[in-house]
Amino acid sequence: MSRSLDRAMRSAVLVLAMLPVVAMALGRAATPEEIKAWDIDVRPDFTGLPAGSGTVAEGEVLWEAKCASCHGSFGESNSVFAPLVGGVTRKDLETGRSATLASDAPTRTALSMSPTVSTLWDYINRAMPWNAPQSLSTNEVYAAVAYLLNLSDIVPADFTLDQNSIREVQKRMPNRNGMVLFPGLWNRKGKSDVIATACMKDCAKSIAISSALPEHARNAHGNLALQSREWGPVRGANTEVAAGTGATAPIKLAAKQASTAAAARKLAEGGGCLGCHGLNAGIVGPGMSQVAAKYRGDAAAAAKLAAKIRAGGAGVWGEIAMPPQRGPSDEELKALVDWILSGAASE
Amino acid sequence: MSEQTDRRGRIRPAPENFLSRAQIAEVSAGRRDFLRKAMLAASAGVAAPAALAASGDPAILEKQVWGATLGKPVASDAYGLPSKHEANLVRRESPGLASVGGASVAFTPLQGLFGIITPSGLHFERHHQGWQDVDPAKHRLMINGLVKTPKVYTMDDLLRFPSVSRIHFLECGANSAMEWANTAVPTVQYTHGMLSCSEWTGVPLKVLLDDCGIDLKKAKFIYAEGADGSHQNRTIPLEWALDDVIVAYGQNGEMLRPQQGYPLRLVVPGAQGVSWIKYLRRIEVGDQRWNTKDETLHYADLMPDGSTRQYTSVQEAKSVITSPSGGQVMLDRGMHTISGLAWSGRGKIKRVDVSTDGGRNWQTASLGSLVLDKALTRFQLPWQWDGGPAVLQSRAVDETGYVQPQMRQLREVRGTRSVYHNNAIQSWKVTETGEVFNVQIA
Repeated sequence: MSRSLDRAMRSAVLVLAMLPVVAMALGRAATPEEIKAWDIDVRPDFTGLPAGSGTVAEGEVLWEAKCASCHGSFGESNSVFAPLVGGVTRKDLETGRSATLASDAPTRTALSMSPTVSTLWDYINRAMPWNAPQSLSTNEVYAAVAYLLNLSDIVPADFTLDQNSIREVQKRMPNRNGMVLFPGLWNRKGKSDVIATACMKDCAKSIAISSALPEHARNAHGNLALQSREWGPVRGANTEVAAGTGATAPIKLAAKQASTAAAARKLAEGGGCLGCHGLNAGIVGPGMSQVAAKYRGDAAAAAKLAAKIRAGGAGVWGEIAMPPQRGPSDEELKALVDWILSGAASE
Repeated sequence: MSEQTDRRGRIRPAPENFLSRAQIAEVSAGRRDFLRKAMLAASAGVAAPAALAASGDPAILEKQVWGATLGKPVASDAYGLPSKHEANLVRRESPGLASVGGASVAFTPLQGLFGIITPSGLHFERHHQGWQDVDPAKHRLMINGLVKTPKVYTMDDLLRFPSVSRIHFLECGANSAMEWANTAVPTVQYTHGMLSCSEWTGVPLKVLLDDCGIDLKKAKFIYAEGADGSHQNRTIPLEWALDDVIVAYGQNGEMLRPQQGYPLRLVVPGAQGVSWIKYLRRIEVGDQRWNTKDETLHYADLMPDGSTRQYTSVQEAKSVITSPSGGQVMLDRGMHTISGLAWSGRGKIKRVDVSTDGGRNWQTASLGSLVLDKALTRFQLPWQWDGGPAVLQSRAVDETGYVQPQMRQLREVRGTRSVYHNNAIQSWKVTETGEVFNVQIA
């Protein structure tokens, strides 16, 4: 939000009035309403912060309804999204330095890292909820921020956050003194802090390998034979067999299976399935591999699952029931179900 | 089905050449039914073998279907797609990172690419809230803040300005992030694949800022914001914005791909990808930095003392050997060409050195014909592989004299938790079987 909005609005009106005589190159002047609609950013000095208010109690209700499915009831989040709350101590509120960030195992959360409360307000307002951005009212954004602040003991449970009290909150932000600007990486003319030299001969006495992938991770990214060209002087290693054994993989066959799986996965992505079902872990609903595990050995599973996707779930896995899916054709539905049950989704 | 030879560096036979010497001898001796048996076995699922029979190469001696039939008509593949034989080279996710597709990364298959341009369909993807396919007729660019006239441009307007086309690399600040503490992923696709290079076409941002009457006395920073659900936002130094930043709509001769911000994105040469705002809908001119979510919680580098470096935007000089590289197997000893990519966010690549002995000794590689400012640069070095173990490395030097550091040197200054801006020298260990592994050198 520009400090000079008023001035800009005045000049916009002025320029509009002058249009016939001013040689404008291209484009046109923005109207004040247009600027208001899009100029949503909130700066650390709170320029751009709209008037409004929200309480911790209101925030808690809102959080449970619109935020907790991804971020957890207490901002602890889940396996998919990074935690928002945690790692903040009372001492941090005094020093303005999150002590956890200097430890060997830092707890990186939105509250332990963010130097400014404006950052939280701006981001929730512009992009949350994840699947319905900019659907919260101004007061709801205040309430959500208030709830988060209370979870970190930055504000008490009876706190009301508004455009005035937010300035007091800033003085208690746990990492407000934790940020530095390093010119060497901010601007291209800056100098690096890591200085190496280009030695050409006898540069090291001995070479020791300090880290390599363990053998059990060999195939963790799928068969690498299918991730390079199948002709040429180098090929992808067949990682379905141990290193150094020299066996040749049935590469073409595997490729065909992979492409069927890829098509089904594309369906899952295009149909939005993966928004709620992770490949391995659950998000709102169960993970694809969890479904496969549950129905393993059940001959009737394919028909059962197809019917369930078509008609919608009953909240078997959690509180939130899956809505009916009318999008995929019968054929596509079958491909999806086969893919899920084959366990291929976890690969 | 093939017998293994114990010849060093020839352990893993090529699929089209995987009959053992004994089997080939059988064929040569006239036992033709052997070949038929071999073909039957192959049809059970193994790639079709082809022995070099006494009379010569079946690829030459036998008629091929493409030479003996009528080909497909024009426009049967109206938007041309790669050969079906290239199906392995696609963007891929790393299982360690990908849990929700809308907030994930798909890496570019650098191990199979040539030259310096990344095919648009293989340009890596990084989305914070999924990708969108924006209607260009409804897309607008607004410029406001410290300008004389806040303005709105349609795509029609923007395409009427004179354009510039420049080739620049685009690297995510988190490229190679998984490797700060230890080796984590097997191939160059996953170690370095958040890297691409395209020809970008658009209007210099300076032209548009001038058109709006930027207040150069008060302006210190530029802010860019996207139109998609993430409404991604980023602060950029004014000096940079007035230099070579482009408001781009073109990529490699066509419009931007939707995954790359169709129809408009910012091109910030030398900067990490998060500054290159996709679906660009607003530029604001201001006098303070914005401290956005991705300037504080992410894309900020945690230092050993617990402080966090903000606004780390410059991608320092870096290089990597793409062939041979991790997860690949060299089929034979003898002549190979080591090939790779080098780039610097501070300018042109001056030199690339290659080591085959883990950094003890280095040779200067030859650079490709295109050595451009803030662009990928191809380097090559012929190499006679003797079948023994080797550790391949490359080291870039840019025109400012900056030398790409070793992992150890980076860690000495920045620790192991900084996530972003890992530009360390990459090591690939070649074993006697010809297999190549991702390793780190102490």
